[in-house]
Amino acid sequence: MRATWTIFRRELAAYLASPLGWIVAATVLLIDGLLFYAQALGPAAGERLSAEVLSRFFWTTSGLVAIAAVALSVRLLVEERQLDTLVLLNTSPVRDREIVLGKFLSAFAFLGGITLLTLYMPLLVMVNGKISAGQIAIGYLGLFLIGGAVLAVGVFASSLTRHPLLAAAIGAALTGALFLFWPLSFVLDPPLSRVIAGLSIHGRHFAGFQVGVLHLRDVFYYLAITFFFLLLATKVLEAKRWE
Amino acid sequence: MLRASGLTKYFGGKRALGPVSFEIGRGETVGILGLNGVGKSTLLRIVATDLRPSAGGLEVAGIDAVREPHAVRRRIGFLPQIPPLYPEMTVAEFLRFAGRIRGMEEKALARRIPEVEELTHIGEVRGELVRNLSLGYRQRVGVAQAIVHEPELLVLDEPTQGLDPAQVVEMRALLRALKERHTVLLSSHNLSEISQTCDRLLVLDAGRVIAHGTEEELSARLLGARRIEIAVRGDGDGAADRLRAIEGVRAVTRADGDGVVVFTVEAKEDLRAEVCRALVLAGHDVVRLDESREKLETIFLELVQGRAGDVDHLPA
Repeated sequence: MRATWTIFRRELAAYLASPLGWIVAATVLLIDGLLFYAQALGPAAGERLSAEVLSRFFWTTSGLVAIAAVALSVRLLVEERQLDTLVLLNTSPVRDREIVLGKFLSAFAFLGGITLLTLYMPLLVMVNGKISAGQIAIGYLGLFLIGGAVLAVGVFASSLTRHPLLAAAIGAALTGALFLFWPLSFVLDPPLSRVIAGLSIHGRHFAGFQVGVLHLRDVFYYLAITFFFLLLATKVLEAKRWE
Repeated sequence: MLRASGLTKYFGGKRALGPVSFEIGRGETVGILGLNGVGKSTLLRIVATDLRPSAGGLEVAGIDAVREPHAVRRRIGFLPQIPPLYPEMTVAEFLRFAGRIRGMEEKALARRIPEVEELTHIGEVRGELVRNLSLGYRQRVGVAQAIVHEPELLVLDEPTQGLDPAQVVEMRALLRALKERHTVLLSSHNLSEISQTCDRLLVLDAGRVIAHGTEEELSARLLGARRIEIAVRGDGDGAADRLRAIEGVRAVTRADGDGVVVFTVEAKEDLRAEVCRALVLAGHDVVRLDESREKLETIFLELVQGRAGDVDHLPA
């Protein structure tokens, strides 16, 4: 775990020192703020209930968190290959899973920080409407879980190549596919539709978090997706030593 | 310290290395010579546990590096061709990171980092961002990260690549300092660097070790004999006969110079003492005596171009 912590600290410092981290953070916060204004305060907001405003906020924020997760994660292993620094980790007494975990956790911490900076928006709703702190907490738990799952997808994409654009394309395509499973499930027949809906990263599994309802199956789903893609990334790193 | 047996590496269906077998004793400095693409970097990456061999065995300090690479990594420091540096870190931050990632405790780091900075002469840039360093400093920081955890085996891939002549001289001095503390395995295109820093050479060609030994041994093997050059003041009359009379001498050639005569004596063994004694006792003024060696460049070319014949059959 010490190696994981060392890698985590270096990666987090790299995010704070790089323009990419700040650009992603500023973009997410700007767009999220504009969307919140439109949904809660703008002329189109109408007479929405505060719970509905909160639900829409989590819906839009989850999409932004997913996009930010792809943007933040693709550099993690790609950059090591581009700078030829992966060899330092590979020849140190560090296991591949510690490399992957340290990098994932750093991106998760940075993404978590960005996500928490949006907290003022639901707090505004809470002050001016009728929602509970529990609803907000569950919504944020959902954002962290979906963010973590998409980050894991991005880490896996990053492990496959040394080209950042290719890694971004793979990460975006995989994430997009997981998002599209939900609308796709409506045009398919059972039992395939149920399987596809069950795999979708957003619709079925995020709906409860949006409205403040916590289902353990949804938590388990996101943790499973996260574990699965981090495991794949670890296996890719191991396999590359055998190439 | 290091034992490789039948090390082989395939990339896809292409054999990049091996089978290669060799041993390196503790405290030795061994240089790997070879043209581009013969598998030097692949061999070093396998020894440094960055790559796994497709076949064969590798032991470092008695530990099976293929089965237990994790245990071996604590004992190895590796400088690849391109030093693995994070541009956004300062030199001091980077060395701390390199030490921590090798499992060093904070106390040990606090003691060791100033030592390493002094040894590699990077103290004056310790606060600089790595991205702002010159090539020479980057290379030194690369060496510093490789030795920060005091590894037993140091693996250096082309440590002077891209350096200017002044930096090469500095790096060579650094390599000599490292020899005193570590077992070193290095590759280089710079033959004089290998010649000046290494105790022993491994010559690679087409992924295989085609010759190994000290420079003198390789030279003697290629020539089939040792050569002694001896300069005598005056006309050197009678000296050639005296030399031919020494047991073991195969041939003597003479070259007249300005006030001196230079004899080249070919013998199967090192007869410098006998040659000197014979000439001095015969009343000749000996002004120079050297073992004449073929230049490393010549040896290298002879070996890789196959002019030396089947070198695997040469005596070890």
